[in-house]
Amino acid sequence: MLLTVQNIHKTYQTADGPFAVLRGVDLTLDAGETLALTGESGSGKSTLLHLIGGLDTPDQGHIHLGELDITTLDDNGRAALRRGTVGVVFQQFNLIPSLRVSDNIAFQARLADRYDPLWDATLAERMGLTPHLNKYPEQLSGGQQQRVAIARTLAPKPRLVLADEPTGNLDEATAAAVLDLMLELVSETGAGLLIVTHSTELAGRMSRRLHLRAGQVA
Amino acid sequence: MTRATLQALLSHWWRNPLQLFTLLAGLALATALWSGVQAVNAEARASYDAAAATLGEGQYDRLVRRDGQPMPQETYVALRRAGWLVSPVVQGRLDGVRVVGVEPLTAPGGIGPVDPVQGGDITEFLSGEGQLFANAETALALPDLNVILTPEAAPGTAVTDIGVAQRLLGKLGQIDSLIVLPGQPKGRADLAAVAPDLTLQPAQGGSDIGRLTDSFHLNLTAFGLLSFAVGIFIVNGAIGLAFEQRRPVVRTLRALGLPLRNVVILMGAELMIFALIAGVIGVALGYGIAALLLPDVAATLRGLYGADVSGTLQLRPSWWLSGLAIALGGTAIAASGALYQISKMPLLAAAQPRALAMAAGRQAVVQGVFAAILLCVAGVMMFTANGLIGGFTLLASLLIGAALALPLILDRILAASSKIATSVTAQWFWADTRQQLPGLSLALMALLLAMSANVGVSTMVSSFRLTFTDFLDQRLASELYIRTENEAQSAALVAFATPRTDIILPIQSADTEVAGQPTEVYGARDHATYRDNWVFLQQAAGPWDSTFGGQTVLINEQLSRRAGLNVGDAIVLQGTSFQIAGVYGDYGNPIGQAVIGEGVFATLYPAIIPQNFGLRMDPVAVPDFLTDLEATTGIRATQAVNQASIKAISLSIFERTFTVTTALNILTLAVAGFAILMSLLTLATMRIPQLAPAWAMGMTRSQIGRLELVRAVMLALLTAVVALPLGLALAWALLAVVNVAAFGWQLPMYLFPMDYARLGLFALLAAAIAALWPARRLARTPPADLLKVFSNER
Amino acid sequence: MNVKVFMLALFLPIAAFAQGFAGLGTDADGFSVPQPDPQFDFPTDHGAHPDYRIEWWYLTANLTAADGTPYGLQWTLFRSALAPEAGEGWTAPQLWMGHAAVTTPDDHFVAERLARGGIGQAGVTADPFEAWIDDWSLVGDWDTLRMTASAPDFAYDMALTAQGPLIFHGDDGYSVKSAAGQASYYYSQPFFAIEGTLQLPEGDIAVTGNAWLDREWSSQPLADNQTGWDWFSLSFDDGNKMMGFRLQQTDGNNFTSATWITPDGVTTAYTDGALTATPLALNDDDVPVRWRVELPVRGVDVKVDAINEDAWMTTSVPYWEGPVTVIGSHQGIGYLEMTGYE
Repeated sequence: MLLTVQNIHKTYQTADGPFAVLRGVDLTLDAGETLALTGESGSGKSTLLHLIGGLDTPDQGHIHLGELDITTLDDNGRAALRRGTVGVVFQQFNLIPSLRVSDNIAFQARLADRYDPLWDATLAERMGLTPHLNKYPEQLSGGQQQRVAIARTLAPKPRLVLADEPTGNLDEATAAAVLDLMLELVSETGAGLLIVTHSTELAGRMSRRLHLRAGQVA
Repeated sequence: MTRATLQALLSHWWRNPLQLFTLLAGLALATALWSGVQAVNAEARASYDAAAATLGEGQYDRLVRRDGQPMPQETYVALRRAGWLVSPVVQGRLDGVRVVGVEPLTAPGGIGPVDPVQGGDITEFLSGEGQLFANAETALALPDLNVILTPEAAPGTAVTDIGVAQRLLGKLGQIDSLIVLPGQPKGRADLAAVAPDLTLQPAQGGSDIGRLTDSFHLNLTAFGLLSFAVGIFIVNGAIGLAFEQRRPVVRTLRALGLPLRNVVILMGAELMIFALIAGVIGVALGYGIAALLLPDVAATLRGLYGADVSGTLQLRPSWWLSGLAIALGGTAIAASGALYQISKMPLLAAAQPRALAMAAGRQAVVQGVFAAILLCVAGVMMFTANGLIGGFTLLASLLIGAALALPLILDRILAASSKIATSVTAQWFWADTRQQLPGLSLALMALLLAMSANVGVSTMVSSFRLTFTDFLDQRLASELYIRTENEAQSAALVAFATPRTDIILPIQSADTEVAGQPTEVYGARDHATYRDNWVFLQQAAGPWDSTFGGQTVLINEQLSRRAGLNVGDAIVLQGTSFQIAGVYGDYGNPIGQAVIGEGVFATLYPAIIPQNFGLRMDPVAVPDFLTDLEATTGIRATQAVNQASIKAISLSIFERTFTVTTALNILTLAVAGFAILMSLLTLATMRIPQLAPAWAMGMTRSQIGRLELVRAVMLALLTAVVALPLGLALAWALLAVVNVAAFGWQLPMYLFPMDYARLGLFALLAAAIAALWPARRLARTPPADLLKVFSNER
Repeated sequence: MNVKVFMLALFLPIAAFAQGFAGLGTDADGFSVPQPDPQFDFPTDHGAHPDYRIEWWYLTANLTAADGTPYGLQWTLFRSALAPEAGEGWTAPQLWMGHAAVTTPDDHFVAERLARGGIGQAGVTADPFEAWIDDWSLVGDWDTLRMTASAPDFAYDMALTAQGPLIFHGDDGYSVKSAAGQASYYYSQPFFAIEGTLQLPEGDIAVTGNAWLDREWSSQPLADNQTGWDWFSLSFDDGNKMMGFRLQQTDGNNFTSATWITPDGVTTAYTDGALTATPLALNDDDVPVRWRVELPVRGVDVKVDAINEDAWMTTSVPYWEGPVTVIGSHQGIGYLEMTGYE
C-alpha cells in the first residue's frame, strides 16, 4: 500500500475556541490509483491533504507512506519528504515569480537532486509549454501557470501526487484540459494521485472517491 | 539544492532591480554617512595624537617656570643631580614649522614619532649636525635642513635633538619645559630647594590642543552618533522591506521541500554579501565625503585653535573597518530579527492578510512602553545629568525615545484628523494614511532624527557664532593690534604711538597655575575700553576700579567653574592674595584666565615685557599711522593687525565651520529623503489592492497620485513639527550639559526661527521629491493592474 | 621614540664587549689603543680617558647585616665615546650609563641611568675625584670614598676605606683579552672596607663588608670570535684574593686569565690556560649560577655558588651580576659577572 492514513485527528485554535477539523479519518491509496477527496468548505479536506503532504502535523493518528510513518518525521524529514516523495499542486500555483518557466519546472527536481533534462523536456512538451520556457510566470495565463506548477511537481517523479483544487482558478475548458494532462502523466509515472476538489465532475474521473463531512469520512 | 535555491533567491533581485538598488543604496548611504563623519574625526584625531605624542603632552607632569620664560640648561642639570628624573624640551617656530628638541637618552618611551634606528644615524642625531624628523609636507618648508621623512611625525612639526633645536631656534642653553618621568627615585630633593622658580604642571587627561579642538569634535561626534542612528533606521527599514517582499517566495520554497535551516542560512549569507558590497561602496562614498570636507575641517581647526591638521586624508583602518562593521553589524541586527520572523512564520499562512499592519498593532504597545521609558529617563537626566557620559545618555534616550514615540504620535494625530474630516475623500485619505503609517514609520523616524539633528547642531553652531561675535567685539575693541619683535621695538612703538593715539593698551600675560588649574594672568591698563566692553557673568560692585587699583582680580568662567571660585573668593598669584571681583565669559578658551591691574602685574611678573599692544585711535587714521610707524621705527605693517581683519578672520573660520555643518546637514537630510523614497516605492506595489477600491469608486488615477504626494508631504510636515522641539532639546543638551562637561563653559542658547523654517522647507522638499516618482507610478498604474485586484480575488 | 633600541645602538661598543659583536673592536678609527708597559699617572688616570672608546668604574661589594644576612651591591659607571674627544655642550660625543643594584638572598633591585656628556649631567673628574651620573656619585680621594645611588624601590649611601694598595692585572695593568692580542688597561682596588645603609622596601639596613673597585678602559676589547665572558672576583678567608675571567669563543674554546693577590697586595698574573672555570648548574634562565673554578698552580679548586640565582640585570644591555659564596680548597665570598647569556 502506497498510503495508509489511520485515525487522524487535527484541531485548530480559532477565535471562537478550538475547532476539530479532522476527527478520526482513515484512508488508503495504492500506487497508480487516483482518489478524489470531496466535501464542503470546512470539511477538513485541505487540512488532510496538508497533513499527507508533510506541510503540517496531526494531533493524533498515523500516516504511512509505504513503510515510513511520516508523522514521526521532524521538520527536516518532512522537508525531504516534500522535496522528492510527495508532490503538491497548489490552487494558487505558487510559482517562483522571478524564475523563468524552464527554471520553475526544473526547480523541485533540482532541490531533490533528481533533475532529468529529458523528462523535463517531455513534461514541457506534453504540457504545451515549450514555446513559453523563456517567459516569466506573470506573462502566462492561469491555465498555463497551473500547467507549469503540475510539471514542476511531476519533474522529480514523486510517488504520490497531491493536488488541492488544481483547477479551481481555471475556466471549465482549461480545467478539463489540464486535468486530462495531469491524469495522463501521473498514470505514466505510476504514482498515486489524491485530488481535493468540490467539483463532482472532476471527482467522477478518479478511480475512487471519498467524501468528508465534519472531519470524518462520510 | 543550494544552487537551485540561490538561483531562486538571487533571481528575485534580478527581476526587481529597483528593490536591489534601494537595499544596496540604503546600506551604502548609511555606511557612507557614518564613515564620512568618522573619517573626518579619525583624521583630525590622529593629527592631534601625533602632535601630542611629539611632546608627550598631557601624558606626563611637567616643570615650567612660573613666569612662563625659558629656564637655563643648568636648572635641568641641577634637578638631575638632585635626583629628579626629568627630560628637557625646547621648542619654537622656524619658517612656520614647529621645531621640537628632545633629549633621547632621558626622554620617556613613546615620546616623539620617530624611530631613529630607521633611516637615522644615531651618531649624527646626537652630534649636533642636525637630523630632523618630519613628514613630507613639513620637510618642504625646511629645504636646507637634513630632514628624515617619517609619516608618523605630527603635521607641521619637526623633531630633533635638543642641541640642534637650541641652535636652530637661537635658544642656546635654554630649556622651555621639563618632562617629569614616572618612577622617581627615593630621596629626591624638594623642588623648592633646587629650582624655586619652577612649578609642576600635572599631567592632563588629554593635551591642551586636544581639549581645545575637542569642542569642534564633539560637534562632529554628535553628528556621527546621529548619523549612525539615522543609518541604523535606514538599514533596518531596507532589510525589513526586503524580507517582507519575499515572504511568499519563502513559503513556496519551503512547501517545495527546502528545509527551514537552509532558507535562513542562504538568506542570511545573501544579505551579508550585499552588506559587504554596500559597505565597501559606502566606505568609498564616505571617503569621498571626507575628502571633500577635510580641507575645510582642517582649515577650521587650524584657524580656530591653531592646531595643525594634515590637509590630506589617509585611509585609516580604524574608520573603514568601523564603516564595514556598521554595514555588516547593522545588517546582522536587522536581518536577525527578520530571519527570526521568517523562521517562526507558519508554512501554511499564505492566506493571512497583510502582516505588516497586523504586526504593527502588537508592536505599537511594546514600542510605546519603550518610548515612554526612554523619554522618562531623558526627563530625569535633563535635571540631573552632569559629565559627558550623562550628557550623551541624555541625548541618546531623548532621540531614541522620541523616534519610537513618533509613529504613535502620528497615529493619534491621523485618527483625530479622520474624525473631524467631513468629505468622503478626506475620510478615506486620513484612514488610508493611517493604514500606511506602519510601512513608513521607519523612514519617518529617520527623517525625524535627521531633522532634529539638524536643528540641534545648527542651533549649537549658530549660538556659538553669535556668542563669539559679541565676544570678539568685547575683546577686540582696539582699532589696531601690533606685535613687536623685541623690547627695543616695544619701546620705540610706545614712544611713537603715545602722542598719536588715544591710548596704548599693552597685552601682557604670564602662564601660571591657580587652584591647580593652568591659568594665564593678564595685566590690564586702566581704560574705558575694558569698562565699556566687558560683560560679566557675576560681579561685585565696581570690579574694574578695585582691579585696576591692584586689590582684586577678574577671572574667566572656565577657571570659576573648574576651581569652584566665585566672586568674593580669593586666589593667590606669586604669593599675593587677590579677591575675585568678577567672572567673565571667555568662550573658546581652554584654560583659566585671570586679569589684574597693570601696576601689580609689573610687580609680580617683572620679567615680562609686553610685546603685544592694542591701540585705540580713529579708525580712519590707521593706514597713515602704519605707514609712518614703519618709516619711523621699522615696525612693519605685517606686524600689525587691525580689528576689522581679526574679526573677519574669526568670522571666516566660523563660515568654514558652517560649510562642514551645512554639508553634513544636507547629506543627512538626503539620506532620510532616500529612506522615504525607498519606503514609498516598496509600499507602492503593495498598495495597488488598497487603492483599487478607491479607483473603482470613482477617483481618478491622477487624483490618487496627487493624494499620495500630499500624503508624503503632510507626514513630513507632521514629523517636522515633532522634530523642532526635539531638536531644540538636543541643542539645549549640547550647550548646557555636554559643553559644560567637556569645556567648562555654558553657551547661551539662541533661537533661529528662519533657519528652522528653511530646514522644514528642505525636509518637505526632500519628502516631496522622494514621493514624486512613486506617486507618478501610481498615477500611471494601468487600469488592467487595478482590475486584477478584483479578478484575482477569491 | 624607542629609547631602549636607541640605547642599545649607542652603547654598541659595550654591547660588543658583552656580546662579542662581530666586526667591532678590531677597528679603532681615531681612538687610542692600549699599549704594553703602561705608565699610569695618578690621580689623573682615575679620571676619564675620552680618547678611548669605552671605560668603566665598576664597584661590587659583599655585605653583611647585623643579623648575618648576606647582601651584594653594585655601582657602575660606563663611558662610551662616539668620537675620540671630550667635547662640550650637547655635541660632546661622550655618553654615560650608570647601573646600580642591590642583591638580597630573595630579591634583586636594579636601576639604570643614561646621560650625555658635555653638560655636567654625568662625568668623571680625577682631582678631586668624582664619578657621577645624575644624583648617583662616587666621590673621594681613593683612600676614602663616598658612594650613593637611588631608584624608586631602593637606595644606598656607603663609605669606603682602602685597606691596601691598588693592584694591576696582566702585565703591570696591560690586560690581554685574546690570543689575537686585544687588550685593555685594567687595575683594581680590591681592599675596600665598606659600611653604610641600604634603603630597601623592607626598611633601612645597616651593613658592613668589603668592596672591589675595577677600573678598565680600551678601544678594542674583544676579538671577533669572542661572544661573552664570565668574571670572578673572589676573596678567600685566608686573606688572599683572586680575579679570574673566561672569555667564551665561537669555536667552543675559552680564553682565560687570572690574577692572584696576596693580603699585602703582591700580584701574580696567569695567562691563558692556567685558570679553568666549569659551569656546574644552570638557573631557570639557563645562566650558570654554580661553577667549579680551578687554579692548580695555587692549589685552588673551589665551588662558586650564587647567593641569589636571579641576579639578572634588566638593563639596556642585560647581564648577570651578583654575590657568591666559595667552598672547597678555599673558603670565602666574591662576585660573579656573566655576559653573553641572553
